[in-house]
Amino acid sequence: MTPSDTAQSVEMTAPAAEQREMLQRRLEIDRAARWPVGIFLGSSILWLVLGSLLALAASIKMHDPEFLANNPWLTFGRVRPAHLNVVAYGWLSTAGIGIGLWILSRLCGVAIEEYRSLALAALLWNVGNVVGTWGILRGDSTAVEWLEYPTYAAPFLLISFTFVTMTAFSIMRRRRPGHIYISQFYIMAGFIWLPALFFTAHGLLVLFPVQAPAQPPINWWYAHNVLGLWFTPIALGAVYYLIPKIIGKPIHSYYLSIIGFWSLAFFYAWNGMHHLIGGPYPAFLITASVVASVMMFIPVVTVAINHHFTMIGHFKDLKYSPTLRFVVFGAMSYTLVSFQGSLSAIRELNYVTHFTHYTVAHAHLGAYAFASMVFFGAIYYIMPRLLEREWPSRGLIRVHFWGSAIGITIYFFMLSWGGLLQGIEMNLKETPFMEIVEATIPYLKWRSVGGSLMTIGHLAFMVSFAWMVIDRRNRGSEPTLFANRKPGETSSAP
Amino acid sequence: MSNRFRSILIGAILTFASAFGGLVLLPVWGLGNFKQVPDPETGEMIPPLLSNQEQRGLQVYVKNGCMYCHSQQVHPERARTDIARGWGSRRTVARDYMNHGRAQLGTMRTGPDLSNIGVRNPSSTWHLLHLYDPQTTSPGSTMPPFRFLFQEQEIYEDVPSPEALRLPDGFGPPEGIEVVPSPEVLDLVAYLQSLQLSEYEVPEAAAARIDSTIE
Repeated sequence: MTPSDTAQSVEMTAPAAEQREMLQRRLEIDRAARWPVGIFLGSSILWLVLGSLLALAASIKMHDPEFLANNPWLTFGRVRPAHLNVVAYGWLSTAGIGIGLWILSRLCGVAIEEYRSLALAALLWNVGNVVGTWGILRGDSTAVEWLEYPTYAAPFLLISFTFVTMTAFSIMRRRRPGHIYISQFYIMAGFIWLPALFFTAHGLLVLFPVQAPAQPPINWWYAHNVLGLWFTPIALGAVYYLIPKIIGKPIHSYYLSIIGFWSLAFFYAWNGMHHLIGGPYPAFLITASVVASVMMFIPVVTVAINHHFTMIGHFKDLKYSPTLRFVVFGAMSYTLVSFQGSLSAIRELNYVTHFTHYTVAHAHLGAYAFASMVFFGAIYYIMPRLLEREWPSRGLIRVHFWGSAIGITIYFFMLSWGGLLQGIEMNLKETPFMEIVEATIPYLKWRSVGGSLMTIGHLAFMVSFAWMVIDRRNRGSEPTLFANRKPGETSSAP
Repeated sequence: MSNRFRSILIGAILTFASAFGGLVLLPVWGLGNFKQVPDPETGEMIPPLLSNQEQRGLQVYVKNGCMYCHSQQVHPERARTDIARGWGSRRTVARDYMNHGRAQLGTMRTGPDLSNIGVRNPSSTWHLLHLYDPQTTSPGSTMPPFRFLFQEQEIYEDVPSPEALRLPDGFGPPEGIEVVPSPEVLDLVAYLQSLQLSEYEVPEAAAARIDSTIE
């Protein structure tokens, strides 16, 4: 039994014998997950740090083109896709697999039986990422956005993910009888959608490319859905699991959560073509995605009501629980980024904002302020249970949170503003192009400032993680919270 | 497997399949089978195939990620100011791209659009200087220099090689050293010069010209 588990209040009402059995089962689940999930989560943090360094290099290059300019491996056009793929497949996907499988296993009440093949899958997944990143930097990038890893990296990723999906099926099939919770919907669906997306898109765009005019629609169907049908379902599944767990209260509305899931499945899949507005494509194709983007208001509003209404009355817990603070930050960003995304798909707004830094800022609001922040929170929750140890330092968690939160805030607002300026000026034919380039430079510098703060946060996270793994003596007797609770205050868990 | 779990699986697969049909299969069928057509005036087949050198140049463009800052798509006037900026005489249409092995339409305009850079800047000298150091031709540019696509060598017997770059004062290498382009950068320049997407009179061109100017 981990120290954190003793503090959980949700099931504390069950009779003593039943409660003991439940805690025993949790212990078995966590011990079976320790190695495979631990490898996924631990390696994801290394990718996060590498991705941050690549990001910083790319960001500095945008306002200082002479920075690291003489090495072909580090030219902007390679570092930028390396950053994207490292954070998408190295950080977010690796963490997403670990988090998804652990939550699935806990919710199904059964241990992962395939922990050996899963640990092998974790290794393969990392090999695929190493090979892919090396491939991009040495000059084998495919220049298909979100799929820059060369073909020789793809088999590692696909074989590994097949193991992952098979494990998820095995967990679901063996689950204890009863109700299926909404997080299981999201996570299972994500584990089906990602391999289907990747297999299709890599096949049709890189391995056996279709004629060039047909490539961009497939490209944007894929790229947008990696976010919509993979990062989003895993992250939403985690939010739906973690908020009720920590504050000890069920979600606001179960029916709404089901509507949210199915409307996301239906509408998100049709997104993507709004990236081609103005391009050489039939209007109906683009309009299909514009409509689907606007219809995303339905899943977003239902999810927002559920997440935020569940939190009402519990905002004081944000003072204590690191997990809750990261996760609620992420959930709020989800609402924001989704509204922004729906609006940006409308043609008249897209004419201004697309092809500018505004879109880059929007992507980071989704992938970082939403998905990454939720994943940070989930890792803070999962690791003490996997290792039966507590986080070693609240100071490091604090540095991580504030570095990430302040960093992404600066990043998002400064880059969005710079992007808007760029878009508005670009649509005035009297403004010479070079003037626009010069006008955006201050905002690009602010982006480097924000990115540096985020990187500091990630370094603190990495140190914290490594310290926790290495230091066997410090088992901790209670959860590492941001502040000690005053005696008599209820509700718990980190 | 309970009914509940099965319905989640079937639902997840069906929603995915619907979008797969609409956004993948439909484009593959409708936009993936273009054929060349004879030019109405000269009878040559257009859009032209890329020469071997131009294809190699596209590979250089791809591997160095030019696409992350430069788009290759001309938009109509009602959307953006591409035509007023001289980025193309008409909006581009799907057939314009049919001979490019890998589409490089892009999603970012940190730099200007390159759909018709071969019309706008036909000079290989300009491209070589610009790639060696963008500040030589475009002061204030944030484009990175691609000096690694050039070689520096000692000038042999005080006679510069004919292909050596004539760099403006302040940009050159030290005395007695000259800069010569690598085969890779010559391929890239050939590809850039071939980019004239709006110039071909494909069957869709007339309608595209009209559509380009509709408010």
